[in-house]
Amino acid sequence: MARWDGPLKKIDDYRWEIPREYKSGMRVPGLIYASEDMLDSIREEQAAEQVVNVAFLPGIVGHSLAMPDIHWGYGFPIGGVAATRVEDGVVSPGGVGYDINCGVRLLRTNLREHEVRPKIEELLSQIFINVPSGLGSTGKVKVGKKEMDDILTNGARWAVKRGFGTDDDLEVTEEGGCLKGANPDKVSTKAKERGLPQSGTLGSGNHFVEVQMVGEIYEQAAAQAMGIEDVGQVLLLIHTGSRGLGHQVCDDYIRTLREAMQRYGIDVPDRELACAPVKSAEGRDYLAAMACAANYAWANRQCITHWSRECFTRVFGLSLRQIGLEMVYDVAHNIAKIESYEVNGKKLSLCVHRKGATRAFPAKYPSIPARYKEIGQPVLIPGDMGRYSFVAVGSERAVKESFGSVCHGAGRKMSRHAAKRGVRDADVARDLAAKGILAKSASRGGLAEEASEAYKDVAEVVEVCHQAGLCRKVIKAYPMGVVKG
Amino acid sequence: MKRFDVVEHTADIGVVAYGADMREAFANAAYGMFSLMADLKQVGEETSRYIEAEAGDRESLVVSWLNELLYMFDVERIIFKRFDILELTSTRLKADAFGEKADASRHELRGGVKAATYHMLKVSKDRGRWSVRVIFDV
Repeated sequence: MARWDGPLKKIDDYRWEIPREYKSGMRVPGLIYASEDMLDSIREEQAAEQVVNVAFLPGIVGHSLAMPDIHWGYGFPIGGVAATRVEDGVVSPGGVGYDINCGVRLLRTNLREHEVRPKIEELLSQIFINVPSGLGSTGKVKVGKKEMDDILTNGARWAVKRGFGTDDDLEVTEEGGCLKGANPDKVSTKAKERGLPQSGTLGSGNHFVEVQMVGEIYEQAAAQAMGIEDVGQVLLLIHTGSRGLGHQVCDDYIRTLREAMQRYGIDVPDRELACAPVKSAEGRDYLAAMACAANYAWANRQCITHWSRECFTRVFGLSLRQIGLEMVYDVAHNIAKIESYEVNGKKLSLCVHRKGATRAFPAKYPSIPARYKEIGQPVLIPGDMGRYSFVAVGSERAVKESFGSVCHGAGRKMSRHAAKRGVRDADVARDLAAKGILAKSASRGGLAEEASEAYKDVAEVVEVCHQAGLCRKVIKAYPMGVVKG
Repeated sequence: MKRFDVVEHTADIGVVAYGADMREAFANAAYGMFSLMADLKQVGEETSRYIEAEAGDRESLVVSWLNELLYMFDVERIIFKRFDILELTSTRLKADAFGEKADASRHELRGGVKAATYHMLKVSKDRGRWSVRVIFDV
């Protein structure tokens, strides 16, 4: 693969700028958050050129940004953030991705490692049985066409109404688990058909349900606000998205917007950057359909939460009250949101695209739950299944610089296929077992593809965001057991 | 003749499919895609579906065709293994696809493919051999 040899101008130890002069057509400079050590691997692929391409989008303000987990995507890089003016800018489905509202949800328990360890195998088996996972898995919640519209409109609220969880869960879900502006009429019949059998499924690929234990606490007060008291406390992390429904919405609208783009006289350097003015009929329709897919994903994570709770109560023979499993937070990392920011001294309404990036609002910021007003919004940053994950909180600087965004995970450093070559599921499972991590996968090759070697070290990624002042680390958690899709 | 090669991409995976003509290359691209999802040797031809796809150009037609098959997979859970392309122009495709309902107890199911993308998409002809390159979001 060709190396990328464009200019990366050092701003400070964690910020590297691609000047506007690099390519004619760039409306803003690019900015990559990374440590010097990361630059070599970033240059190994064309992700930085994708940062450049995104800078061509009409109405983009500030910088075309990339987080330290940057890697090569389509159109946008993974880890890409771009804010465009609602007034005269564009929205691009490529800035959200195929898995709309792919995201993570964290729950805390009253259990300690020594209580869970002896039962981890039984617990994972229960989760494996009760949370449908794997290629083409179908859900156990039967949804009719009319109810589907309810899911698309109300998201996690629909799930709570059906008895899957409580209002407290919604309180600590981004957007309350229901993105406004959703209009099921803008979602194709095909997308809905794909969504029907998959409601409440985990899916495959890098999606998982992981039992974790707190390994380190960096900020006691913030951890406490999240219900995390000490090392060894058991947590549950759920990672999934909008399944086939979201993929179909993305595919449908890339096609629609490619055609619309010609009518609006917009030219972009990559087909996957198809876009239309935010205020155009096509742009508005996409955002209304995207909100539906986002809501579907929140409903999905809410169902999986409910079944996971059932598994815990069954395995431990305790009440949910005794076990805990209250939600810490749920956050999307593939989404576009209308938010307002000050740019060059002017308050602007912007369409913030986060493609593999997490919203990270600071303390006292509007629209974060009351519980977190004093500490900032929890940011959930999962690592690979062989290492660790982090929870951080957003900071002021993220609002000023990165449109309230930080990294979303470890970021891949080699292809799934390369990771798999010469590595077998059994080898990966054995290596993990040696570290005290039990892993189960519904798909053949599912573990090998997600082996630690395929990912950057998430600690380095989070460190860059922490040092750059975009967020502050609160805790580190180690995996104990993971069910992969 | 080799039907396809797997190509690597940091986060994802793709195929370059070959054919003596464009029809064969399109059929092999679909075969390559389902090979990433299951061991096709274990899959029978118990059922078939008629598929139509349309797009603005030849490249986009590859994406429409493959995404139509993925839609069928999600909705009906059919793993397809043989493709008869009945009609193919640069903007339209008609085909019969043959396969079997996925059954985890008999089929070795691998990772999923979410979508065929426009990224690095290419349809070309070199010394009489056609090839189709497509990257999947997985």
